[in-house]
Amino acid sequence: MADTRPSASIEAVESGLAAQGYIASRQIATAVYLAQQIEKPILVEGPAGVGKTELAKAIAAWRGMKMIRLQCYEGLDEAKALYEWKYAKQLLYTQILKDKLGEVLGGAPTLEAALNQLHDFGDVFFSKEFVEPRPLLQALEQPAGCVLLVDEIDKSDAEFESLLLEILSDFQVTIPELGTVVAVSPPTVILTSNSERDLGDALKRRCLHLHIGFPEQKLEERIVESRVSGISQTLRRQMVGFINEVRTLDLKKLPSVSETIDWARVLVLLQAPELGHEVVKDTLNVLLKYEADIEATMPQVSTFIAKASRQGVFG
Amino acid sequence: MRENLHRFFRAARGAGVRLSPAESIDAMRAVSKVGFTDRTILRDTFLLTLAKTQDEKKALGDCFDLFFDQPEPEDSKADEQETQGSNAGSDSPGETSGGDEQAEGLGQLAQMLLAQDRNQISAAIANAASAASLSDIRYFTQRGIFSGRILDQMGIQRLRDDLDNLTATNPALAERLTNALDGLRGTVRDTVSQALMLYGREEAENLRNEILRNAPLSRIEPRQVEQMRHLIRQIARRLRERYSKPRKRQRRGHLDVRRTIRRNAAWGGVPFLTAWKRRHRDKPKIVALCDVSGSVARVSDFFLLLIHSLHEVVDDVRSFAFSGHLIEVSDILESKSPEEAMAEIMSKVGFGSSDYGSSLDDFEHGWMNAITPQTTVIVLGDARSNNLDPRADILRRIAERSKRLVWLNPEGRMAWGWGDSEMPRYSTFCTVVRQCATAKQLERAVSDIVASYQ
Repeated sequence: MADTRPSASIEAVESGLAAQGYIASRQIATAVYLAQQIEKPILVEGPAGVGKTELAKAIAAWRGMKMIRLQCYEGLDEAKALYEWKYAKQLLYTQILKDKLGEVLGGAPTLEAALNQLHDFGDVFFSKEFVEPRPLLQALEQPAGCVLLVDEIDKSDAEFESLLLEILSDFQVTIPELGTVVAVSPPTVILTSNSERDLGDALKRRCLHLHIGFPEQKLEERIVESRVSGISQTLRRQMVGFINEVRTLDLKKLPSVSETIDWARVLVLLQAPELGHEVVKDTLNVLLKYEADIEATMPQVSTFIAKASRQGVFG
Repeated sequence: MRENLHRFFRAARGAGVRLSPAESIDAMRAVSKVGFTDRTILRDTFLLTLAKTQDEKKALGDCFDLFFDQPEPEDSKADEQETQGSNAGSDSPGETSGGDEQAEGLGQLAQMLLAQDRNQISAAIANAASAASLSDIRYFTQRGIFSGRILDQMGIQRLRDDLDNLTATNPALAERLTNALDGLRGTVRDTVSQALMLYGREEAENLRNEILRNAPLSRIEPRQVEQMRHLIRQIARRLRERYSKPRKRQRRGHLDVRRTIRRNAAWGGVPFLTAWKRRHRDKPKIVALCDVSGSVARVSDFFLLLIHSLHEVVDDVRSFAFSGHLIEVSDILESKSPEEAMAEIMSKVGFGSSDYGSSLDDFEHGWMNAITPQTTVIVLGDARSNNLDPRADILRRIAERSKRLVWLNPEGRMAWGWGDSEMPRYSTFCTVVRQCATAKQLERAVSDIVASYQ
């Protein structure tokens, strides 16, 4: 299903992503569609595990493009994100070429003449051959375009944002010694953030702002359906209902879609026919990541199961 | 439709969504791709291109619903016909479209009202509203003016004449018409109110906030307390935005020879990469002592709220509350919502008569260690100690241990030293003494304190 042309409609995006097992809400599909149409990056925010990174993967797989991922962290800088000079190679070459130096200078009579001749060879050592492209530069150099995923941008320092601005608005990078590198074909850029830090206005302004929250119940059921094979419809409905109840509690870390999928897999593995008190109690640690959260949920389990089953009957 | 989009952008700005021209251009480009037909997609498109935070998305979504709920003014062509029609109506009063014989000889508006054609009426209102440039409305005081203008545009003058004539000739019809007119006034009023909500919210709020910011905290009326809290929270948010960003812009100091050599070991000690010594900066440390006694009770509420927000800006804040005696309240402020925290603090130490001496004594015995040479100590209170021993000596020791001692007093300078105010005695040991009676002064004081660490 390699299709690098912009897709024709929002529905096409939806079905294209669905073919890759990514069930997108209408808002997500609209964002992806617009990003292609007006060539803008998408900034995806939302709690952990709702499928922000998955979205980039799905787009790449659907459109048959390479995905380049830049994982952000505190202290990430130009040298690791954009490009670096291959110092060692430069050093090695100067050593090897030392002998050639005499030939180049060709017995220039004065020091000044020698210098002038050297100038002619000028920037040999600061040329493309000595640049080590890092993810951002790689993304610009892909001839067939690519999906560039800048993951967890909120983890990086504020300065790093400014580094991104040129890429995000014009799909180009300026390397002082070489000039400007313009993208061969503009990459589809996805930035993700867990809102750990407020991002700068300049960055936000250049992006479409997409917030992915917890999906609606129906949508989540479809996601489980597409991701976990061999789970019965009743169980699916019950477990999604149950998780939605859990999300109403005041927990340290609410279960998100990735936990839902993990849990569904576990339930299938245990061959649970339906949601029972015992099964839930034994597998709650798949869903919740903190001891305190599990303790807070435990007393509610029976009520939630009952609620979820009732919904299953009427829903 | 373009005109409509611009009106929507203006409404969005009114709703508090910050929109730059670049963003509105993006939105227009995006809209040109998705079209106007599907309203939910249109809504999504605006949310994606214009709103940059969750709050903005919410505000923009509400604004969108409100905006597109309004009847759109008809396009200019229909508009022309309309005006032509009304001109014709006023030029030759005898000329009517006929049909309803009772309505003969009446103006267009009267006929429209009698016909009770809802669509026609709301279209006429929309047209009149755009002719009266209703989207310029900013303040609630303008409601009357705009209602009047819209009714004038619709031809209320003619209707009055008609009514005068009818009362004599056809009282029954006149009464029907009067009722219909009342209904029309109501509808116009609603339209204007809705427009005010759309376009005027921000400015009205700014005006109200400006008044509130300069109002003395101790004389806030009960109905304003909630607004004031809201305002203080806004101030806190601004402080947080300004100061919570990790400031890494440290000036370069000397070359760090050791680190440079180590970093360049890979290429034979040739220093390709240089490492610089960084200048060390103090991390903000704040100890806040807040008077919650009866005399400042109305103000201390706001003090506590602001200290609560300080906890979010600065990592190392320890806060204490006192009236007769002193307790530490850092945990309460950190773990609870502002309202709960304040209720708990007030129930523990609040509303008593203040005793600065014994409170300072409590502090010296329990928490003197909390103060280091990097600490800024803030005292919030009126220094009225009910003629008990002020123990200024303890304050002196606090001042000596700390980096700075700031006293914020809700009373005016005139009152310092009168009655049981111990302010002059305390102020000799303070680095800064400020009057802090309004939200504005409070903001400036706290902002200065945090800024001194940047």
